Amino acid sequence: MRLERRSQTPVGMALAAPVGAIAAALALAGILITIAGAPVLDAYQRMFMGAFGSRLQITETLTRSTPLILTGLAAAVAFRSRLWNIGAEGQFYLGALATAGLGAKLGPFIPAMLLVPSLLLVGAAAGAVWLLVPLGLRLRFGVDEVVTTLLLNFIALLFVSMMIEGPLRDPLAFGWPQSVPVDPAATLSKLVARSRLHTGLLIALAAAITIWLLQARTVFGLESRAAGLDPATASFAGVSLVNVLVRVACLSGGLAGLAGAIEVLGIKGYVTTDLSPGYGYTGIVVAMLAGSHPLGVVLAALFVAMIFVGADGMSRALGVPNAIADVIVSMSLLTMLTALLLTRYRLRR
Amino acid sequence: MIWDCLGILATAGLWAAVLRIASPLIFGTLGALLCERSGVLNLGIEGIMSFGAMVGWLTVYHGFDLWLGLAVAAFAGAAFGLLHAFLTVSLGLSQHVTGLGITLFAASLSIFAFRLAIPVSGSPPTIVPFQPIHLPFLSDLAFLGAALFNQTAPTYLAVALTALIGYVLARTPLGLAIRITGENPHAAEAQGINPIQVRIGAVVAGSALMGMGGAFLTLSAFNSFFPTMIQGRGWVCITLVVFASWRPERALAGALLYALFDAYQLRLAQVVGKMVPYQIFLMIPYVMSILALLVASRRARVPQALMQPYRREER
Amino acid sequence: MTVVLRVEGITKRFGGLVANDDVTLDLHQGELLALLGENGAGKTTLMNILFGHVVPDTGRVVAFGQALPPGKPRAAIAAGIGMVHQHFALAANLTVLENITAGTQSLTRWRADASRARRKLTELAQRFGLIVALDARVGDLSVGERQRVEILKALYRDTRILILDEPTAVLTYQESQQFYAILRSMATKGLSLIFISHRLPEVMESSDRVIVLRGGRVVAERRPAETSRDELAELMVGRRVARPRRESQPSGPVLLDAEEIDAAPKRHMKLTAVSFHVRAGEILGIVGVSGNGQTALAQLLSGQCAPLAGRLTLFGAHCPRLWPRSCVASGIGRVPEDRNNGGAIGEMALWENAVLERVRERRFSIAGLVRKRPGLAFAAEIISRFDVRGGTPTSEIRLLSGGNMQKFIVGRSLATAPRLLVAAQPTRGLDEGAVAAIHEHILAARRAGIGILLISEDLDDILQLADRVQAIVAGRLSPDIPVTAADPRRLGLMMAGVWDGA
Repeated sequence: MRLERRSQTPVGMALAAPVGAIAAALALAGILITIAGAPVLDAYQRMFMGAFGSRLQITETLTRSTPLILTGLAAAVAFRSRLWNIGAEGQFYLGALATAGLGAKLGPFIPAMLLVPSLLLVGAAAGAVWLLVPLGLRLRFGVDEVVTTLLLNFIALLFVSMMIEGPLRDPLAFGWPQSVPVDPAATLSKLVARSRLHTGLLIALAAAITIWLLQARTVFGLESRAAGLDPATASFAGVSLVNVLVRVACLSGGLAGLAGAIEVLGIKGYVTTDLSPGYGYTGIVVAMLAGSHPLGVVLAALFVAMIFVGADGMSRALGVPNAIADVIVSMSLLTMLTALLLTRYRLRR
Repeated sequence: MIWDCLGILATAGLWAAVLRIASPLIFGTLGALLCERSGVLNLGIEGIMSFGAMVGWLTVYHGFDLWLGLAVAAFAGAAFGLLHAFLTVSLGLSQHVTGLGITLFAASLSIFAFRLAIPVSGSPPTIVPFQPIHLPFLSDLAFLGAALFNQTAPTYLAVALTALIGYVLARTPLGLAIRITGENPHAAEAQGINPIQVRIGAVVAGSALMGMGGAFLTLSAFNSFFPTMIQGRGWVCITLVVFASWRPERALAGALLYALFDAYQLRLAQVVGKMVPYQIFLMIPYVMSILALLVASRRARVPQALMQPYRREER
Repeated sequence: MTVVLRVEGITKRFGGLVANDDVTLDLHQGELLALLGENGAGKTTLMNILFGHVVPDTGRVVAFGQALPPGKPRAAIAAGIGMVHQHFALAANLTVLENITAGTQSLTRWRADASRARRKLTELAQRFGLIVALDARVGDLSVGERQRVEILKALYRDTRILILDEPTAVLTYQESQQFYAILRSMATKGLSLIFISHRLPEVMESSDRVIVLRGGRVVAERRPAETSRDELAELMVGRRVARPRRESQPSGPVLLDAEEIDAAPKRHMKLTAVSFHVRAGEILGIVGVSGNGQTALAQLLSGQCAPLAGRLTLFGAHCPRLWPRSCVASGIGRVPEDRNNGGAIGEMALWENAVLERVRERRFSIAGLVRKRPGLAFAAEIISRFDVRGGTPTSEIRLLSGGNMQKFIVGRSLATAPRLLVAAQPTRGLDEGAVAAIHEHILAARRAGIGILLISEDLDDILQLADRVQAIVAGRLSPDIPVTAADPRRLGLMMAGVWDGA
């Protein structure tokens, strides 16, 4: 049995791949649900209803998908140019920290209209810097960025912890340490009253469209794609790999940092060490499910958010551990990789 | 103050801690090294260690022998290794992304299975872990006895495995087959070796070691499991492989060096603690890992076929 | 004479391409059989099937009367077949001894027995004149030494049938002579050998029998004594392919002048004090065996590395160094030596590949946005002017055959009427039809007044296209000679480093 490269991937197959992958993951997870002692179809029905059953649940799903769209874009943008950014989690937290830290102090100095955009920019910049460091190590010393970005995640989280227990500590808060809340003028307004859904979703959607246009229509998009597909040929054609990678890193790190900034300004207004349940890592799954396509990222993020929100409700009702959501999502990554392979290669005897 | 800081180095407790902290890293690094020597990067290590920790502990919790727990963890690691090998070696998928997928999968599966088996309660249940072994004569030595020879059996196992794997890789036909597959699988094939089988075997064996590394944490170092206990040790092992230039004896040295920094940092925090936030100390090991990568990247003799999928008929 | 090896009815398809079509041939004891054919004729595929690297669709291989299980190199080795690969199957980081002994002992053994291996290898080396240091790291060896390791690998396994794939591609003329002498001595000592070549003079001189493959089929079998170079050439190609003729024409002003240039790109042989010049309407041919500095020269002139010493004068002005974009902007067309690794990005469309090196020109982008329609038009122009078949401006370039891809790559440079063309190994790996087409385009460019620097390992390329010739040896260039003075003996000497003032 061997694999033979296809000359063309039929469009239908390319679209069916994520659907098939998700179905396979759900089927495999069904085995685990059965072991947990719950009826599979009932569980999935509850999951779906848990995500879309009521107005509140729909807004909750959309709210959860906002950071996932952004971290998904961060991963997609980076992987497209063969920049293995596994550090979106750390970039998220530093973006959140920068935004929360300055958001509490900058209020008096900046006109209200510019406050939110400036804070978002600051968050994005913080994320970008956190990716430029491992990129610098790669360009200058040849150190593979996979592990450095990973280790920086842990360092970032410790740094955040240090800051919110120290200089940024909110003295009025009881319980777990958190940062001083941001200026009320700096919060993102709600999209739907009496829900957690905020304008951050619109920013995320705008980002997806912008990235899509950037990749499809600009010189930068062409060169960054070339650099990812074949660095040797791109270099021969005069594409500056350093230039491209730096810009890609700014974009990718910036998007992850933006995700953190939006989470702070949109939801609670302060940063804690459990602000992210792994958005950075899940973003990678989102990017893979979307085939690294920016618009696909939106759909994939929605799907993953649905799994997480739905699993909450299902778990409470049926006693299946909540972690089933992570299991389904991570299995989708593996099944999606396999499905992608089948769209590119044919199995032959 | 300075004396207090330096004085830490003179305590037997520090060195005992070094060996204890190094043990899971030795298992993990040897495992990753074995995979990479055959040409496969296994980024599933973090998740495999997590699952190994959970399943080993769970086995003992249900009343079975500690060694059986370790064996079950190894077996579980091997199973994930088989999955990784199937996806990356047989199907040729990206080793980076598959590894990350397996880490996420194994880690989430470990939490799921744990929650299923143990309902949430106040404090996590515990087991009786491996106890330090008393070696006649050696354990009674003045300073060295407490420092080096007051360890549990799996620690000695880790050191023994280092020697074993070092020997196998350097001196046996099997080791040569693994090495040539990692350098040039086409050359291996031309010698009648099946690179696919060799890679699968190496990844399965390496992943079994990773599982054991995780189990060390729950069966020897500590006595309970909690979801975030691996804390990036798997990634540290990956950096240690580079630092060790893919050589087992250097992997042991690297793990000990790293453990020294970690053990030292813990005690330093107690001495210096008020002045510097504890998070700074916790950061030190991660920063050291990155620096180690920097140092090692200069002289790295990477196995040349590392991360390149092997496909027949593509000459 | 006994038949030691028989290949029966072998057919192999790769997708739509038929690499081998019902091939049957015999090898006799003690014979030196040459397998002749142009690039793409199916020779290497057939040998890979013989050795078990590739599984055939139909047919079988019978060695010493036993049919071999397909696809298992181990079975072939056990039956006494050994292979010297064209691109050596060696692990650079391991020693010679390790490369040779890998896989020779049971994997369950506890101890590798090195001493027996050393004794046997020393004896073999003496017997066949293949001396090499057993504990040297293969990556540190020269090309010739590595080839000896490849051969020793086979001999160590008690090979009785030895396959050699283009063994002299990396050797100079003198080295080839020595090489065939070694092969002949092996044959008299009991081995039977098949070698693949597309070099007619060697085949005529050194083989006992020649089998010609064309389009995957066996088209002829001859004894060298009973045939001629012309007949073999015609059998190889199937028709009289007239390569275009170069006509003498006056050359114009000097476009590029290089004086005593040093260059040292990473991981390649460096250039030392090279001097040359290219005039308009003239082709300067740089000839040499692969690995003598051609890559550094090509990189220097494509803008990928900077000169460390010496002086470069371009279009009359001093030029400190070239960059890829500056080359394109000042009218230097570049054809890289590896079309797959430098020439084109397989998964990108033809128009994207056409436009990539000049995307910042006003024509193809504005304010950072790519202008797709001019790009498509440009690609379409290249396709029609240069007869590129099998693709459209929007199809992925990896779907093109090697010859068509090369035509496209050459075309994208020539379509913009450059003043200078730097072409490195432009006909490597191409079949006769594609070679003729590339030659025609290069000669047309010459007629149009473009100055051309042609770097090639292929003597035919040089002799048929160049006006002047220089040889490149160990990073140095010989003085130039007019092509009329370049007979094979003189060229052979130059390529071996022998010239006035060397």
